[in-house]
Amino acid sequence: MEGGLVNDMRTIQRTDQMEDMKISAKDVNVYYADNHAIKDVNVEIEDKTVTAFIGPSGCGKSTFLRCLNRMNDTIDICRVEGDILLDNEDIYDARIDPVQLRAKVGMVFQKPNPFPKSIYDNVAYGPRIHGLANTKAELDEIVETSLRRGAIWDEVKDRLDAPGTGLSGGQQQRLCIARAVATAPEVLLMDEPCSALDPIATAQVEELIDELRQNFSVVIVTHSMQQAARVSQNTAFFHLGELVEYGETGQIFTTPQDSRTESYITGRIG
Amino acid sequence: MTDANLDKPAAAVPASRSLLNGDERTKKREAAEKRFQYYGMAAICTGLFFLVVLTVSIVRSGLPAFTNAVVAVDFSLSQEEFDAAEGQLFKTKAYQGLFNTALQNKLTEAGIDVAFDDKAIERILGKTGGTIREYFRENTDDIGSPVMFELAASSRVDGYFKGRVTRDTLVDSRFLELNDLDIVDAMAEAGVLKTAFNWNFITGADSGVDNPGGAGIGASVVGSFFMMLVVLFLSLPIGVAASIYLEEFAPQNRFTDLIEVNISNLAAVPSIVFGILGLAVFIQFMHLPQSAPLVGGLVLALMTLPTIIISTRASLQAVPPSIRDAALGVGASKMQAVFHHVLPLAMPGILTGTIIGLAQALGETAPLLLIGMVGFVARGYPDGLIAGFTDPNSAMPAQIYTWASRADVGFYEKAWGGIIVLLIFLLTMNTIAIILRRRFERRW
Repeated sequence: MEGGLVNDMRTIQRTDQMEDMKISAKDVNVYYADNHAIKDVNVEIEDKTVTAFIGPSGCGKSTFLRCLNRMNDTIDICRVEGDILLDNEDIYDARIDPVQLRAKVGMVFQKPNPFPKSIYDNVAYGPRIHGLANTKAELDEIVETSLRRGAIWDEVKDRLDAPGTGLSGGQQQRLCIARAVATAPEVLLMDEPCSALDPIATAQVEELIDELRQNFSVVIVTHSMQQAARVSQNTAFFHLGELVEYGETGQIFTTPQDSRTESYITGRIG
Repeated sequence: MTDANLDKPAAAVPASRSLLNGDERTKKREAAEKRFQYYGMAAICTGLFFLVVLTVSIVRSGLPAFTNAVVAVDFSLSQEEFDAAEGQLFKTKAYQGLFNTALQNKLTEAGIDVAFDDKAIERILGKTGGTIREYFRENTDDIGSPVMFELAASSRVDGYFKGRVTRDTLVDSRFLELNDLDIVDAMAEAGVLKTAFNWNFITGADSGVDNPGGAGIGASVVGSFFMMLVVLFLSLPIGVAASIYLEEFAPQNRFTDLIEVNISNLAAVPSIVFGILGLAVFIQFMHLPQSAPLVGGLVLALMTLPTIIISTRASLQAVPPSIRDAALGVGASKMQAVFHHVLPLAMPGILTGTIIGLAQALGETAPLLLIGMVGFVARGYPDGLIAGFTDPNSAMPAQIYTWASRADVGFYEKAWGGIIVLLIFLLTMNTIAIILRRRFERRW
């Protein structure tokens, strides 16, 4: 209870710096049928920073992440209450088209999921359906920059026609990042992007996240506290559907305010 | 962990056991596995045995339908003979006379002496004069040069030649007399009577009940073809659209649950029920033409729909949800996600389901009984595309059923032959299904 209080106070302080905020979620509640999955979560996500969501399995961090680009809409029994503002616009407003929202808020999933098409088509698909390129040359340009941003260009530039599913796991995940980047999003959501990767690929992806920070605000869900500490500036700790603590990463890991956070990062719960 | 155990392996286990001597439990387990394998092999062998028996019996009974006995005589007609014959009152009779003379000469040449009259030849070969006259009137250039005529023998002679009819079983009738068999034997000895491939069986239409020799399956193949067109163009779009809607867009509620249950039930409804529904709705209520491939196709389309919907939904479900997430995640609309990514991946399953459904419809007889596609229906080819849908016609399985129920034993081999043709069509369709599946199959 004490943790919740601290958190609320911090939220009030933060409203002063609204111009820096990319996403602000107020009193968000999510229900899966009768199951209350997210309880009164308030979070402010800063622009051009990496925000990490940590917490034990089933604590609702992925569910909350999927609220941010309305991917939960695809689940019939899922119900979202509260306001989530992206650039001060309520993304759950009836006038908002989730399709446009998802172009602005890209997503990378836990398991690499390239389309069973060529590497080129994987990246070009988003720009094509959003009409971001008028000519083939422009599209080529977008594909190349996206693949470069995904740090995979050098490995695939000679085989853009090869199927994306033929790449290794780490390469596939970087391809998916390149695909998400290609639609020129402003926010990039990553749901445990490294859980299926080996340490080398993980390091590459982490390096990539750090680079992406210059252009996007990145929200990453991770099970690895080391990863959260390495890549993020802000960290939010979720437990049993509640946002227990949210603050600067250094502070969360060194001087957590809440006893539950401390227990989790020292390995006693979760 | 492993290192620590390596030092004292025996300590953990009470008595040291060699892995080479299996204990009782292991032996029992292995014996059970072996036994199961034998059961499996026995089952497969039984299945193969029956398949071989079936295939052999079908081929043995059906192959004679593809051949018939013909009398091959090279016959030359001079210009004078042509003019003389055309000048007579009974023109075909004159040609018949000329042919009989040629046949007689042929037999004498071979050193066989047998006497016959026009009537006997008519019983053996039918009315030869007409055929010959027609040929020379159409090909006047061939007058004067020798032409090889292959005239189909009547079905009883054909049966005698193939061994179906013997001297003991033949009853004297106006169709064939016992004495005629002497002439047949003589012709066979002279090499005039021989077996030839029966093109008429493939291309021809159904014949009357007393002429099994002239019966062909061609017209009913065309009937089946038009029916399959109707089935394909109705059930594929409707079935695929229905399953995409139910699988991807429809809300989960009682109403859609009810629809789903009913679709599954529909797949198990006996086909004759669809037949009587077609009779009541399409013919009696909507007044569509009877015995028409259009109505047959409509009925079979209703029957095929559940099959297509079920297989399409199964293959849509088999597409991993991560592909949908990926498409939605880059901002594709639901419809784009389905049509750009899910549907192409489900395509092999949809196509296989469709072809299996079509193959099922192709072999279906019961509903056709009720809408009048059985009986002496396939009398000729439809003239034109529209007529192909609306003119009375039969279908392959219905034609086979018709032949099988006719009294003349000559139709027996026709029915078997028809089954061979039907099986060839089904095999072809299944092969196409396999090829399409291979071609469209993609990994994810």
